Amino acid sequence: MSDSFVFFLIQVLNGVQEGLLLFLVASGLTLIFGILRVINLAHGSFYMLGAYLAFALTQLTGNLFFAVLLAVPLAIAFGLLLEALLFRPLYARDHLYQVLLTYGLILALEETRSLVFGDDVHGVDVPHFLDFSIHLTGALSYPAYRLGISAMCLVIAGGLWLLIQKTRLGMAIRAGASNREMVQSLGIDIAWVYRAVFALGVALAAFAGMIAAPVASVFPGMGNQILIISFVVVVIGGIGSIKGAFLGSLLIGLADTFGQVFAPQLSGMTVYVLMAAVLLWRPAGLFGGRAAR
Amino acid sequence: MTIQTKTASRRRVLKGLAAGAGLAAASSFVPARFAIGQQAKLRLGLMLPYTGTYAALGKNIDDALRLAINEKGGKLGGRAIDYVTLDDESDPAKGADNANKLVSGGKVDFMIGTVHSGVVMAMVKVARDTDTMLVIPNGGVGVATGALCAPNIFRTSFTNWQPAYAMGKVAAAEGRKTAVVISWDYAAGKESTDGFTQGFTEGGGKTIKELFLPFPNVEFQPLLTEIAATKPDCSYAFFAGGGAVKFVKDYAGAGLGTTIPLVGPGFLTDGTLEAQGDSAQGLETTLHYADGLTFPKDIAFRAAFKKATGRDADVYAVHGYDTGTLLISGLAAVKGDVKARAALVGAMEKTVFDSPRGRFTLSKAHNPVQDIYLRKVKGVQNLYVRVAIKGLADPATGCKMA
Repeated sequence: MSDSFVFFLIQVLNGVQEGLLLFLVASGLTLIFGILRVINLAHGSFYMLGAYLAFALTQLTGNLFFAVLLAVPLAIAFGLLLEALLFRPLYARDHLYQVLLTYGLILALEETRSLVFGDDVHGVDVPHFLDFSIHLTGALSYPAYRLGISAMCLVIAGGLWLLIQKTRLGMAIRAGASNREMVQSLGIDIAWVYRAVFALGVALAAFAGMIAAPVASVFPGMGNQILIISFVVVVIGGIGSIKGAFLGSLLIGLADTFGQVFAPQLSGMTVYVLMAAVLLWRPAGLFGGRAAR
Repeated sequence: MTIQTKTASRRRVLKGLAAGAGLAAASSFVPARFAIGQQAKLRLGLMLPYTGTYAALGKNIDDALRLAINEKGGKLGGRAIDYVTLDDESDPAKGADNANKLVSGGKVDFMIGTVHSGVVMAMVKVARDTDTMLVIPNGGVGVATGALCAPNIFRTSFTNWQPAYAMGKVAAAEGRKTAVVISWDYAAGKESTDGFTQGFTEGGGKTIKELFLPFPNVEFQPLLTEIAATKPDCSYAFFAGGGAVKFVKDYAGAGLGTTIPLVGPGFLTDGTLEAQGDSAQGLETTLHYADGLTFPKDIAFRAAFKKATGRDADVYAVHGYDTGTLLISGLAAVKGDVKARAALVGAMEKTVFDSPRGRFTLSKAHNPVQDIYLRKVKGVQNLYVRVAIKGLADPATGCKMA
């Protein structure tokens, strides 16, 4: 294998890893939008919440692994609480109300973060058993933790697929996405489905923030960065489609990675150019529903 | 009915509050505006990053500036001082608004700031538009003392070009032929990598690739892979603060530390060594300051800074300290009368003093002319190795005063 081909493969690995991480955030966003019909601008803040939880709990327990074990239930509880207190009254309302609420949530969470953790940049240590590099070629090693991230994301993506395709809840989710009223009249408790989907979305975003903390650092405003990119993914993939979110995330991850390498001066633009191109080709996104063309 | 009365009274309360707040705000400005001559307090506007990636840098500049002034009795030209502080958040988009807030709302006699070069640019613009005195205690963006230089704009730190150019010379002299440069995609980064390339090319080397990523993005992995694929003789990186910590650690994590030497301006390893740990050991950087300098002034300054703040001094503290000293000497010459603008500027221009970094003099463009040191990381120190270039002045391209 020629050297440049090896490096190409490594860059693909980098891009896939970035994309998989993005998928965790974007899948929740697309589910919440597709099932609950809520535009959740605060989704990036859940990612940030996860990262800061990981930071705080890693300091407390001394290991990111334990921190994640503790933080995931906390994130789920937080999601359930938010759903019950703030989101439930808004399901029947217009999108404008939801945008107002979720934007307000961004500000509230950002300010809370500032009060509790301050505004400095923090690092989170990689767990010891993954803190080594795998020697790849002449000059380059690959940090094992990054492979770990990809593996974890793949496991979760697989689990999500099983959940949606093979379980009762998944069936209700799929049905709810295409026809809410019919689901209700068939006697399925849609409120319960909503609750589960919302908590699942929060947990996925927070989990992404937790495992990204060692490679991305923990800093103010980190949620907003990923929120914008996640929306791009949702738009590319088609609103409400998990499959679309998965493919869209990988596309964005690869485009961003190769954009940085081949067109460093334009690196901030590549993903948006890609989005524009996809939308020209398929206005409803890759797996968008009826609205297409 | 009851509801109506309630709203009405609430409105009255709000009105009362607003009036009170207005009064309070007005009264805080009154003494400065109406009191006579030397009795009024001198208003120093510190616009620095008190939060975010550069928070620690801003704090050191602030503390050292006050230290310099307090060592001389806490007054400037005989006038007591009102410090007006404003967090610039290192956000260029808010830069002009914030600077205007200081000038028109805060009525400051001097603007001091800041760290992020993009925000410095906004402050330079406001300083030129309103003819307010500005001292830049860090941001090394070249045009501030280049094409946009002005009598009322001073800098006590460096231009991005200075340490970068010196590092280019050093790398070439060490026999390296090819380099990859990498930085955030903003003015300071580009100036730094260009300065390196200039020095490196003059010494016979060649920059074979330039890599940039958006500020303050710290996902370096694809770019590190690209560096490994390019296999240069050395990499030149411009990052600071949290980004520098992450970059140096990731560089070592990717296994590049042992195969492709990493060099950079001193910001790569300044104030970051504790966090960088083993990954930074042996790194060579260039800067106008170093650990292990033997000037008596430096030794005294470090002891005083440690005593005052409990922290160790660094290059950012030196910038703050020298800003204080420059203000002291300028305002002493005019006895605190900031209205005597020509005399004030003239005195500041001619100021020569012993800085912790060595002798401090300014170029005609109002940027320090200074020795650039080569340093090597050992433990948590950037130890002095030798003088890389003596008395280096920025070319100040486009400056009409130079």
